Amino acid sequence: MTQAVLHPILGLELAYWQETIIRVLLGLVALLLLTGGVVYLYLFKFVSFMQSRLGPMEAGPYGSMQLLAEVGKWLQKEDIFTEDSDKFIFGIAPAVVLASTFLMFVVIPAGPNAVVADLGTGIYFVLAMSSLSVIGILMAGWASANKYALMGALRAGGQLIAYELPLILAVVGVVISAGSLNLQDIVAAQSDGAIFGWTGIGNPYILTQIVGFTIFLIAVQAELTQTPFDMPIAESELVAGYQVEYTGIRFLVYFIAEFATAVAFAAVASTLFLGGWQLPGAWGISDGAMNAIGPIMISIKAVLLVGVVFWVRFSLPRFREDQLQKLAWKVLIPLALANIVVTGVMKVVF
Amino acid sequence: MTAVTDRQKLQYIAAKAADARVNVELETEGMILNMGPQHPATHGTLRIVAKLDGEQVVAAEPIAGYMHRGYEKLTEVRTYPQITALVNRIDWLGSFANEVPFILASEQLMGIEAPPRAQWIRTLLFEMSRVANLILFLGDMGVQLGAVTPAFYAFRDREFVLDQIEAVTGGRFHPNFDRIGGLKDDLPKGWLVETKNVMNKVRSFCDEIEGLFMNAEIFATRTRGIGVIPADVAMQYGLSGANARASGIDWDLRRDAPFGFVYPELDWKVWTHPDGDSFARFWVRLQEVRESTKMIDQICDGVPGGPIMAKVPRIIKVPAGEAYVATENPLGEMGFYVVSKGELAPFRVKIRSASFNNVSITPWLLRGVYVPDIITILASLYFILGDIDR
Repeated sequence: MTQAVLHPILGLELAYWQETIIRVLLGLVALLLLTGGVVYLYLFKFVSFMQSRLGPMEAGPYGSMQLLAEVGKWLQKEDIFTEDSDKFIFGIAPAVVLASTFLMFVVIPAGPNAVVADLGTGIYFVLAMSSLSVIGILMAGWASANKYALMGALRAGGQLIAYELPLILAVVGVVISAGSLNLQDIVAAQSDGAIFGWTGIGNPYILTQIVGFTIFLIAVQAELTQTPFDMPIAESELVAGYQVEYTGIRFLVYFIAEFATAVAFAAVASTLFLGGWQLPGAWGISDGAMNAIGPIMISIKAVLLVGVVFWVRFSLPRFREDQLQKLAWKVLIPLALANIVVTGVMKVVF
Repeated sequence: MTAVTDRQKLQYIAAKAADARVNVELETEGMILNMGPQHPATHGTLRIVAKLDGEQVVAAEPIAGYMHRGYEKLTEVRTYPQITALVNRIDWLGSFANEVPFILASEQLMGIEAPPRAQWIRTLLFEMSRVANLILFLGDMGVQLGAVTPAFYAFRDREFVLDQIEAVTGGRFHPNFDRIGGLKDDLPKGWLVETKNVMNKVRSFCDEIEGLFMNAEIFATRTRGIGVIPADVAMQYGLSGANARASGIDWDLRRDAPFGFVYPELDWKVWTHPDGDSFARFWVRLQEVRESTKMIDQICDGVPGGPIMAKVPRIIKVPAGEAYVATENPLGEMGFYVVSKGELAPFRVKIRSASFNNVSITPWLLRGVYVPDIITILASLYFILGDIDR
């Protein structure tokens, strides 16, 4: 599994450390490009379309360079630390949140070999890393020495932990079906599958695990703190929640983390439920070609799923804190547990 | 009897002691959350000081006055025609409606009545400003609950109404169009036809909003049963307008005191709702926008010909006397109490604005609700800061 990515394409022979650095850099570039694309496509344009306005039009053709302008603006701004804040914690909190996002990306496969690290416990690692971000958020909220930030952080703590459970339980169904925690194995299990003997598109788990897929998307919406689960940010009541004291580059880091996490979760969802990097029907293609096609495939699937997240975000009003907890504990978790039982029975029967 | 009272007293003391013990053990103390005067939810500079226990509000107090402009005092050094430009800016979303009660009070003092055409057009513009104002409420309610999209629809469709107001008055926001004895100008050619088209757009906007909110489960859970005002409490706090009607009080000055308007000649209905919660206040305002569009259509068909200005002296001196006229403005009952000593400027003007009374209920209403509900309740009470502070 640790075969060179570049070897089959370019015929290069690289040492392990060179190989790893190239994988990490490619992964970073891909992640940032995807994030930027998602921000432009959905936050700037798709939403403008929904809200019957044009969105940014001045910077570049159809405002396509708007993101560069925004980043440039944030980089120029003064990096303000409030008087009473815990300076060290306040300073590193955004990095913790961003690190959690980047670590999620480590194990997501984009091709037969195009993956930074192919861990045996892939999905377990993803979910563990995704829950790191709550630590960063609590750090930010506490260190800001601001009541709005504190309330936002505590709401985030309660919400992220509550929705961690349905997220994990929804994944368990897939893991039972595939019989592996490894993401490559899960992709392989989907492409090797058959729908009543027809192998045309394999058997993506969205068909058999539709309940798990729905629960996963709802929980992702909550993990990303997007409307209708945006109580931690809630700009109309908590101003900006835990981000309220952040400016300049540190706010930019939160911004990148928010959308990069959306991309990461969408990539995980497309790996688990939509067949990952596989091009449906194209089973005979060599690994080398698939390493080139795979990243495009998973990007398309992930971007479409991020679209669902934003579509919901800009359509619905937000829940109240207690109603949100009620939804997690009284609806999603029992439903996810029932899904696991049904999946287990089906697995034994068939 | 005394024995029972003693026992009750002892029980009371014991309960207090137990509470105190728990408080000492847990070292609980409330947090004071200061919302405003700079806060995105208060659309203006209202400040809410809330004492919190966790996410629950123990006590809340509204503090107004950050935008006080002293209009009551300023009117004393302005002539009567100049004052309309000032009172325009009280409720800045429905400006024309502010001018009307003052003009009506002045006309009452001078013993002048506007000609029929002026009264019809006055009613028409009064209802247009109500539509322009309440459309924004319908969109803004969504923003306060976290749904941004309806606000853009509201701004988009309000623009058509503002265009119509601008076409006849020359001002989008501050028309300054009403005069003692009539109106400044007549309607432009073709305006009535275009207005009826705009009203169709407003009606389809109402349908859109209804589809977005009324059938949405999250909206219902956030607003139903939140901020319930019983009818008797609403009366005690002097609530008016849609806030009172949402509590089941059948009170509308357009029907009950239509002095100077043509409302009795129109076919319309006063909407009330028995619940008194945030949802009811939203629902009543939605129906009122529809009712207003119906009225505007009827006025467009029925506006008579004739002069738009009665005979008034070139220099307006109001005879000595006192008059109070209240009208049903977009936000509620707005009244002007004008005292004249027979000079160029009024001796004293007292403005009774709706939002000031509507917001005064918040300490009673906000006890025991959660922090997100503060926003829902304030949004559903619907105040304009200019209308609170004057």
